[in-house]
Amino acid sequence: MLKDEDRIFTNLYNDLGPDILSAQKRGDWNNTNEIIKKGKEWIINEIKSSELRGRGGAGFPTGLKWSFAPKEVGSRPHYLVINADESEPGTCKDRDILRFEPHKLIEGCLLTAYAVNAKKCYIYIRGEYINEGIKLQEAINEAYEKKLIGSNACNTGWDFDIYIHYGAGAYICGEETALLESLEGKKGQPRLKPPFPALIGLYGCPTIINNVETIAVVPTILRRGAKWFSSLGKPKNTGTKIYCISGNVNKPCNVEEEMGISLKDLIEKHAGGVTGGWDNLKAVIPGGSSMPLLPKNICETIKMDFDSLVEQKSGLGTAGIVVINNDQDIIKCMARIARFYKHESCGQCTPCREGAGWMWRMLERMAKGEASRDEVDMLMDVTKQIEGHTICAFGEGSAWPVQGLLRHFKKEVAKRNNFNPLVNRSKNIPYLVDQHLLEK
Amino acid sequence: MSIKKISKEQPTDFKFDNENLKNAEKIIKNYPKGKQQSAVMPLLYLAQKQNNNWIPLAAMKYIAKFLSMPYIKVYEVATFYTMYNLSPVGKYFFQICTTTPCMIRGAYDIVAKCKEKISNKENELSNDNSCSWVEVECLGACVNAPMVQINDDYYEDLDEEKIEKIINQIQNGDKPKPGSYRGRVNSEPENNRKTLLDIKNA
Repeated sequence: MLKDEDRIFTNLYNDLGPDILSAQKRGDWNNTNEIIKKGKEWIINEIKSSELRGRGGAGFPTGLKWSFAPKEVGSRPHYLVINADESEPGTCKDRDILRFEPHKLIEGCLLTAYAVNAKKCYIYIRGEYINEGIKLQEAINEAYEKKLIGSNACNTGWDFDIYIHYGAGAYICGEETALLESLEGKKGQPRLKPPFPALIGLYGCPTIINNVETIAVVPTILRRGAKWFSSLGKPKNTGTKIYCISGNVNKPCNVEEEMGISLKDLIEKHAGGVTGGWDNLKAVIPGGSSMPLLPKNICETIKMDFDSLVEQKSGLGTAGIVVINNDQDIIKCMARIARFYKHESCGQCTPCREGAGWMWRMLERMAKGEASRDEVDMLMDVTKQIEGHTICAFGEGSAWPVQGLLRHFKKEVAKRNNFNPLVNRSKNIPYLVDQHLLEK
Repeated sequence: MSIKKISKEQPTDFKFDNENLKNAEKIIKNYPKGKQQSAVMPLLYLAQKQNNNWIPLAAMKYIAKFLSMPYIKVYEVATFYTMYNLSPVGKYFFQICTTTPCMIRGAYDIVAKCKEKISNKENELSNDNSCSWVEVECLGACVNAPMVQINDDYYEDLDEEKIEKIINQIQNGDKPKPGSYRGRVNSEPENNRKTLLDIKNA
């Protein structure tokens, strides 16, 4: 278990208060000025050597992303955008950072903005987090009052402003280019990449977009050193991470732990175990709803970091762990996830718009045992035709959970849906195309 | 994609009141010059707040003029995002999260209770016209599942009895306290904390 002194988010449960005085007692805003004086190069190199990977789901190396921003500011200003549009089912870590550790985020914004030459920062919060937004605005106001941000932030000569922009309930706006579209006052439909936002982003200007958690850990890394951060976790998967453990566990919770901790430890130690005991475990979704689920035998040994999970054809994603036990109907759970994706598809690419609804309708029928046996393979075929054929990663996000279900629980699905529509004439299935064959 | 129902009964006119006019000017200043279109989302929120929590078409036309952008662009935005209500909702608007993490902890029991106590169908006003409910996708409080958002506030760790109590309180004109209904602190593991104990006990 991670030692308490190595935890970054010491106010995760709000024992101490989110206000600036308490935050300063915890070490926030301590010598920010000196860190900035070490220079942009130093900051970016330090983050590079800490091997920090983005916490928003994709796990892209943060330092590398920053280095894509042009070194000199040309005719177009640079922007920093913070992605606080946390909507992945199973994930609720950014909410706690926004309400209880806002100063870590604001300080991180200042340091990052300085490193990438941005003077303006927009924080895009999901619209439902109204109270969290109010708390963050209070913290921003405190920082302005203390002259930590604003003109001549922290006495460094750097001018820096932060604005909050609320989303309005669209999951797709968590995708970085959709977020930019939304910020520009349009429908949140993703853009084609390239060009990447680091060169052409918000209003056509170079823009760096990072997740809340990624930016909130930056000040601590710079203060305690890249070596300390990379000593935690595993090589290429360094540092700590907030895990959200929800679903069928006795004590659902958020907890900050080392990368590479075993899943069983997380569930048994921190979340009070699976409801009905470990043997009652059916499957775990390890990284938010987009990541394929893992059956019990893999859960016994799996380590929670980017690379270990990719080896098992899943992913760490946002580290939103959803535990599903034997009391649940796994097909129904996945059908509900498919409904989520059907609801949230932005409608831009046909495979995703049509495929997401198709998968949902098939899974709903499969949960009831109303699908024919060849439809099980057809479902897999549909997921393959969505995956990789869309502008953004939403296509993968909607197809992977269904693929995970079929990869590990195909027998169960096939057992429930095993009738042959041509032989079993007693079934009346109006949507069956081969209906006329039944009459013969 | 989701379907949005636009109210058949529309007011003919909409205008920001003085306070919102000031707010709107302030919001536009958050964005660079010439990029005032960015303010369309916050301005739609202002209109929604001013007009009993829903946006009439007249407000979209007004905002389009206000930001000098085509009306259809405002209409696109208002219909794309689910949090803009385009037809009247209850004064107390229950949004029940039913996505998988909430579902497996019993979100549909809460839906059943709302059907019984508020109205049989989604988006239908209750008998006393005070409440309406709707099923929504993940609200980002999965660790505190199942949960309901009533207007701005999250009500967490619910079950059938607790939601019934909350609805009763609201219908009697009280304001129930937001937050966890199992008495735990935020998102900590209930009675099972293994981390940051020095800080907790300090």
